[in-house]
Amino acid sequence: MSTAKQRIVIIGATSAIAEHCARLWVADAAVDLSLIGRDPGKLEAVAADLRVRSPQSLIRIHGAEAAGFVDPLAVRQLVDSIVAEGAVDRVLIAHGSLPDQSACQTDLTAANEALVVNGISPALFAEAFAGHLQTVGRGTLAIIGSVAGDRGRKSNYVYGAAKGLVARYAQGLQHRLAGSGVKVVLIKPGPTATPMTAHLGQQGARLASVEEVAQAMVDGIAKGKPVVYAPARWALIMMVIRHLPAFVFNRMDI
Amino acid sequence: MVAVGSWGRLGSWEHQIRTLSHRSRVAGLLHDTQPGIAHGMGRSYGDVCLNPGGMLWLTRGLDRFISLDQDSGRLVCEAGVLLRDIQRLVIPRGWALPVTPGTQLVTVGGAIANDVHGKNHHAAGSFGDHVRRIELQRTDGSDIECGPELRPDWFRATVGGLGLTGVITIAEIQLRRVVGPWLLAETVPYQSLDEFFRLADDSELDWEHTVSWIDCLAPAGGRGLFMRARNTDAGLRPAPRSRALAMPFVPPVSLVNKLSLRPFNLAYYNIGKRRAGSHIVHYEPFFYPLDNVRDWNRMYGPRGFFQYQCVVPRAVGRDAVQAILGQIAGAGAGSFLAVLKTFGERAAPGMLSFPQPGVTLALDFPNQGTRTRQLFERLDVIVGEAGGRLYPAKDARMPRALFEAGYPRLAEFLPHRDPGISSAMSRRLMGS
Repeated sequence: MSTAKQRIVIIGATSAIAEHCARLWVADAAVDLSLIGRDPGKLEAVAADLRVRSPQSLIRIHGAEAAGFVDPLAVRQLVDSIVAEGAVDRVLIAHGSLPDQSACQTDLTAANEALVVNGISPALFAEAFAGHLQTVGRGTLAIIGSVAGDRGRKSNYVYGAAKGLVARYAQGLQHRLAGSGVKVVLIKPGPTATPMTAHLGQQGARLASVEEVAQAMVDGIAKGKPVVYAPARWALIMMVIRHLPAFVFNRMDI
Repeated sequence: MVAVGSWGRLGSWEHQIRTLSHRSRVAGLLHDTQPGIAHGMGRSYGDVCLNPGGMLWLTRGLDRFISLDQDSGRLVCEAGVLLRDIQRLVIPRGWALPVTPGTQLVTVGGAIANDVHGKNHHAAGSFGDHVRRIELQRTDGSDIECGPELRPDWFRATVGGLGLTGVITIAEIQLRRVVGPWLLAETVPYQSLDEFFRLADDSELDWEHTVSWIDCLAPAGGRGLFMRARNTDAGLRPAPRSRALAMPFVPPVSLVNKLSLRPFNLAYYNIGKRRAGSHIVHYEPFFYPLDNVRDWNRMYGPRGFFQYQCVVPRAVGRDAVQAILGQIAGAGAGSFLAVLKTFGERAAPGMLSFPQPGVTLALDFPNQGTRTRQLFERLDVIVGEAGGRLYPAKDARMPRALFEAGYPRLAEFLPHRDPGISSAMSRRLMGS
């Protein structure tokens, strides 16, 4: 007997972390997967790869204009159109872009863009999906935050503030949807070796592999954990960072 | 800048790095840089994948499959895909890579650029023999599509071309049919080189895979274990639970040393001899015994190690191998991962491909500085006089004259180089 395929939606599907989550999901079972991204060429390449890995899966792609990620009406329309194709079991909101902190400090346009893309946009997508999931009373909504959202640091507080917004938003959704059958999972990846952080590798930072981060995420999402640090060791590191008294923290060059 | 080394751990050097992650963006990332070289898993042992002070283009992000025709076994994929990922994808579907080296943790691009070979060379040739199409990105922004029939000169320059003709972005590979992941394997102890050659000749017809471990410390020389295997239908049985081992730290001195080698080799030979006979084995432990020991290259200590792999023509093969083993014994050196294998009688696909008809011997030596290099100079003489050559993928030190003598098609290759590509090896062996 065959059961219906799980329907999964990934926003920002061309990011390395999202792509590796998708690979793990299709390796586990045939799924009905919708990939949403801005670059049609990249999306098509990601989709073709997943089709080879899992010929039984249904892989659909939805291109979206750049503006479609930040304009509230466009976000609503995009989410409604995806849900109209069938009820969704799992959503991963994964888009974002690591800004240049020092550029943001001198150029408010850059700061604004970083806050919108990394904070407001994921929150709008989460809000739009939450309503649909609540209606059917099941499903998992996973949102990628960041360890950077746990405490503001001089080296990247613009990104950190945006991810902090995502964290608080996810927390609110968890409160609202408690007992509804819908799970909201906030994922906080530590620094990961992806194209987005290629320049950090050059500075000698120790980065987790994208495979390792994706595995931790997929496991956490399957369990429906409210907060997933990926890899798990960052839970401890960030607990220490969050609790450092300001007179110590402010002397640290991080 | 970031410090990058290669598998031999002879050092690490500062490089600029750029990550290639989407094939549509590669042209732009190669364009406006200083000369660089593609770098995949860094599993080559010497300097073919290094460019100290310069640029490395990391290809691991180009790791997407593009298509797989289940009926014909044609696989198209990006160049940063690992051989492991191909094997795990296609073997359950009744296909396999036709040629695979002793580690599956290498990229397709690296396998082509070094034209790697495996235990079935006598039956299947080298990796490049099964590549049907390559897409090559040049640093001037142009791209070249080539294959055995399409622009064959570019194809033959790129297969085994050490990454110097452009960055390989996409490859099409003809897979071969298999009846599952199992092999029927047989281990036969041998007592002399003559016996090794007899076994090799007798096995070629019926056994797709042949290889041997040779105990280079045995008094008479030439004692070893001959292993042969072929794909077999062993039905459905559970894949072995591989117990992943790791070398968790770099020991202060090489664990492979004068004191350890003799007992290592004695034990390895005798355990192998006791287990002689045939058995069913999963392809992963048979083809990739060391992949299960993460960071095994650390066991040679902080100074790293060299591999010395040569091929010499069959007519002089026995004498040359005997002479090499004699030199090693005379130097009081020794090797643990010593591998002896016959290559088939076939022309290699690439202008700079390593395999040629004859016998190949691969040896590992902890880096002991001048002593080790002096031993290599004596081995070079033997290889040169035998009309043999060394394997660039494993090399960190061969003299330019030996390279030029061993690779007579070099002049034909050079016009295909991309002027925006340079590696430590290309500067050492080709002057630029």
